[in-house]
This record gives sequence, C-alpha cells and structure tokens, in this order.
Amino acid sequence: MPVTDVTKDLDALTMTITAEFDAAADRVWEVWSDPRQLERWWGPPSHPATFVDHDLTPGGRATYFMTSPEGQKFHGWWRIEEVDPPTRLRFTDGFADDEGKPNDQLPTTVATVTIAESDGATTMKIESRFPTREGMEQVIEMGMEQGMTEALGQIDALVA
Amino acid sequence: MLTYNQMVVGTEEERGDGKATDLLFGALADPTRRDILRRAHEGRLSVSALAREYPISLAAVQKHVAVLERAELVSKHRVGRESIVRAEADGLERAHAALDRLESEWRGRIDRIDRILDDDKGDS
Repeated sequence: MPVTDVTKDLDALTMTITAEFDAAADRVWEVWSDPRQLERWWGPPSHPATFVDHDLTPGGRATYFMTSPEGQKFHGWWRIEEVDPPTRLRFTDGFADDEGKPNDQLPTTVATVTIAESDGATTMKIESRFPTREGMEQVIEMGMEQGMTEALGQIDALVA
Repeated sequence: MLTYNQMVVGTEEERGDGKATDLLFGALADPTRRDILRRAHEGRLSVSALAREYPISLAAVQKHVAVLERAELVSKHRVGRESIVRAEADGLERAHAALDRLESEWRGRIDRIDRILDDDKGDS
C-alpha cells in the first residue's frame, strides 16, 4: 500500500494524505502533467475521466468529464493556482454544467500537491480542503441526492 | 446520543484534532448544558421556555445555549419574538463524513497511480 499517512483537521476542513511511490519525482509529476496518464487515474474505473483542456500554468484551466456506466457525464474543472514542476501543484477543483462551463453556485475544493524525491523513492502529499463549511455541507447533500459518491467509493473498494 | 458523542470524541482523539474536541468537551462538561441538549433532541424549544425549567436566569440559559451553539451541537433560530433552539448533533459527524469521503476518493486515486507506475516496470 503506497499510502503512508492520513490526517484530518475538522476545524480547517482539510484531509491530508501522503503516499510513497517507487519512482522518481519527474515520473510522478508526469501522471499529473500528461492528460492521457491523468485520465487513467482521476476518475474511478466505473467513471473514467476525459480531459478536454489541460493547461498546467498559473491561472490555467483544466476541464474534464467523467462518464458513468450509463453514459451520463459529470463535468468538472480545475483552476491552476500554483505550479512548480515537478514538486508542487495547487488547484481549485469545481463542478461544471453539461457544457463544461464552471458552475459558481456549487462548492469547490482546493488541492495542494507536494512531491519530493529522496533515495530513489518519491513522497506525494495531497492536502484537500473545503474552503467553507457551507460548501462542505453542500457536497455531502449533493452526494446523497445523486447517490453517486458512495457508489464510487464502493466500486473503488471492490476494484482495489 | 451518548453513543454518538463517544464515537466522535473517540475518533477525534485518535486523529489528534484540537479545537473542535475542546469545544465539544467543554460544551458537554456542564450538567445544565447536557440537559438542554437532551431536551433539544426531544424537540425544538424556545430559550424562554428553557429558562423556566432551570433555577437560573434567562441570561445564564442564553450563555449555555451559546456554548452548545459554538460546539455545533445546537442551532438557534428566530421565530417571531421567540428564539428557538434545535439539536444539530451532526455538525462534527458531517465534517467527519465529508473528510472520510475525500480520503476514500484519494486512496482510490493513489492506488491507481501506483498501478500506472508499476506498469512502467513491466515494460522495461
């Protein structure tokens, strides 16, 4: 299991997960910087992601959709806040409408990715944060309505 | 209710969270506040109705309610001239659920990244 640590902060609404990979930092960075590789892991196997735009520059955008087994598309977007290959990436991740246009009414999360190589192994730390408690509540409610997130988690567990 | 609180406190302690736990412990440390919380769980009630139940001033009851509010155990709503207290026992539980969901999402992603990196080795 590559995951070495998980911490959660209920006050800051952050979840931090650390993983160690048997690969160089440049190689780990590639799974983020190459959209074709990113598509192989961003969505769960049941809902593979397709990246339409992928501009990893400060202020740049990525747009993607995940396709359900029934063919339903769930659109999302990233806004790149900070990028320093191959060690750091910070982006806001949000929902989009069916045309892929960002939906500002829906909550976002901010992910901070830190990659560090040491003795041939690479540690990747992801901090995922809900900017507001209201946004967090909204995400939970949406997940319940769609019955989607729970299902995704279960499928992941089965496939892993 | 008791089971729920023990569960939240337990998991929080394991994870070493600070402020939220302090607020929760502080709020539940007082017998009057525990009683207010119990009554709130039985149904919505007004602050003035609560004040009649205890041999303390309305201001003291309001203070107790404020402490429970900060710990996200109750919420207060104004209905006409009345201040209504409602149990919000799931504040921390919901935060846990949301962060747990992020964890399972990222665990899945990290496993898939690991498999992609493993594929490299198969190719060489």
